[in-house]
Amino acid sequence: MTCALLGSFLLLRKMAMLGDAISHAVLPGIVLAFMISGSRDNIIILIGASLAGLLVTLLIELLHKKVHLQEDASIGISFTWLFAIGVILISAYTEQVDLDQDCVLYGEIAYIPFDLLYFSKGELYFPRATLISGSLFLVSLLFLVFAYKGLKITSFNSDYAKSLGISTLAWHLVFMSMVSITTVLSFEIVGAILIVALLVVPPATAYLLTKRLKQMLLLAVLFAFLSALGGYYLAVMLNASIAGAMVTVAGIFFLLALIFTRLQRRLLKVDAFLDK
Amino acid sequence: MHDILAFFSFSDPTVRIVSLGTVFLAMSASVVGTFAFLRKRALVGDAIAHAILPGIAIAFMLSGTKNPLVLMLGALVSGWLATWAMEYITEKTKLSSDTAVALVLSVFFGIGIMLLTHIQHSGSGNQSGLDQYLFGKAAGMTSQDLWTYSAVAVLLLLVVLGLYKELKVYTFNPDFAAASGLPVKSIRRVLNLVTVLAIAIGIQSVGVVLMAALLITPAAAARAWTSSLKVMLFLAALVGGISGLSGSLISYLSPAMPTGPWIVMTLSIITLLSLFFAPKRGALSRLLKQRRHSQKIVNENLLKVFYKLSIEKEGEQLELSQSELQAERAINKADFSAAIKRLKRKNWLLAEGEKLKLSSIGVVEAKRVVRLHRLWEMYLSQRLNLKEDHIHPNAESMEHIISPELEALLVKELDFPTQDPHNSPIPYTN
Repeated sequence: MTCALLGSFLLLRKMAMLGDAISHAVLPGIVLAFMISGSRDNIIILIGASLAGLLVTLLIELLHKKVHLQEDASIGISFTWLFAIGVILISAYTEQVDLDQDCVLYGEIAYIPFDLLYFSKGELYFPRATLISGSLFLVSLLFLVFAYKGLKITSFNSDYAKSLGISTLAWHLVFMSMVSITTVLSFEIVGAILIVALLVVPPATAYLLTKRLKQMLLLAVLFAFLSALGGYYLAVMLNASIAGAMVTVAGIFFLLALIFTRLQRRLLKVDAFLDK
Repeated sequence: MHDILAFFSFSDPTVRIVSLGTVFLAMSASVVGTFAFLRKRALVGDAIAHAILPGIAIAFMLSGTKNPLVLMLGALVSGWLATWAMEYITEKTKLSSDTAVALVLSVFFGIGIMLLTHIQHSGSGNQSGLDQYLFGKAAGMTSQDLWTYSAVAVLLLLVVLGLYKELKVYTFNPDFAAASGLPVKSIRRVLNLVTVLAIAIGIQSVGVVLMAALLITPAAAARAWTSSLKVMLFLAALVGGISGLSGSLISYLSPAMPTGPWIVMTLSIITLLSLFFAPKRGALSRLLKQRRHSQKIVNENLLKVFYKLSIEKEGEQLELSQSELQAERAINKADFSAAIKRLKRKNWLLAEGEKLKLSSIGVVEAKRVVRLHRLWEMYLSQRLNLKEDHIHPNAESMEHIISPELEALLVKELDFPTQDPHNSPIPYTN
């Protein structure tokens, strides 16, 4: 749900893929932090991941603005590079002898988040995961309430905001760090790539259905909530990963919304035709 | 050292297969990726790579085998579906294209992960190899795989060569392609198909996540060196091939190292170096060019000061101290002293004790700048009918840019003027 709130703005800023990039790029940060500290302490890993997130944002900006590379390519190059570094670090650190076992290793890394969620629905991690996501939701809700106006203006019309003397750059940075932190914290809960789904899919569904920002935010949260609930039951039913199932359900919602709006438009057309 | 030689002798069949396979994969991805890069569709490749996962999972569930051909068929279908979905969402809804990409990517991948975990937990015995699609497993390549990859690579090359002209026109200007009667829809389909194909085989070596790098990064490196599509395709394939080779070399030398990420690592380093240091298009050379230009501006402005003051003193050899000179023109101290040094080195300024004066070639240079300034003012007022009080600022910047050829044209166009709009003489050198 936190993701849905922030995702709405991300969507409006046409930066959907940036969430993807950040979520991949935090990997080397997490690994490095883990290697240096040798602990799974949340705060240290969070710092490492946030630094990596910041680094990738800066790298993208650098490639895009200073080297004049097109934006999509800058994003693609930056995050794949950092991700590759992350994977290399993992394999260097664990010192696998047999190459063939490497893929098992990655598999495990990819599944740690999912497994964690699994246990979480039992008793082991449940309090912690909920605690994290709950407080995250509260923090971003507060952030949005306070920053609603500024974010709204800078998202829709940054030139107008500039002319009012609002620092768009500062808002951009604040917003991006919010996204980074959310991504990093959720990383543990849903896994790297599916964060993007949660960032993008519910807001996109809501965006199809409404034109008003407030309604869009509400709808996005609603869809996120429903997908989480539906995803959980689907996952239990299929004995599959919860995060994957959540995204699947969110995708189904999007499909329904798409069909709905298409039908609506067609009906409008038919009405207009009949009126003639 | 011995190990490196052993690698390049290719006597070990595993080495031969793996390195040839990765080179083929990387090269075909680079060639296809060049088109994606030029169409500004770099991230679409990323999305397709992710979207292939559910296809593979479903193909496995339906067939129960891990035959690469069957799985690849599934991959093709879901990759194709994802491409179509992205295009549909972008065209028919108000969502922007990057949202469509992120949406399709994450939903397809989510479905893929769900199916994959479902397969794993249902434990049908031989499911373990499927997660190699997530992170790639180049080292496990068999000779059968190699034949498949090389066949696909050759096929891709043939398609690109055969349709080179059509692809080129479509990539750079789809509207023009449509207007000149080319079957745009079919071209797009073919291009999408080869992209999906290249990605479907590519994820075996580097995995889903790093596939995007294999597509875009070589193209970005090649773009830094050339503006010609042919050269760019060739360079991209070369960069891809070298990275594929070095990736397998590194993982051969140190078996703990995974091949895929090292391929991407080499790729990224080559690309970043190219982006910064390539002549002409690189960031560094552009920076140097900018610096040279701003130095030129300061030089010429100082020469102008000399010229102006010496006219006021009626041709007498003018000598100025540095502080007198600096008072005339607002230039910060560091730039000023650097410029004086440069002018002395060029022998345009001569030092006479504490004072400075123009040399004879310095006088020629100074006259040239003033002449360009006044010629341009003439042009603005005579040909563009601008008011006299508006023309000076524009001439201030144009005087540093006008080339000798343009100057000759201006002189001819204005019919050898002798005075500028402010009635100051235009100084010719002879």
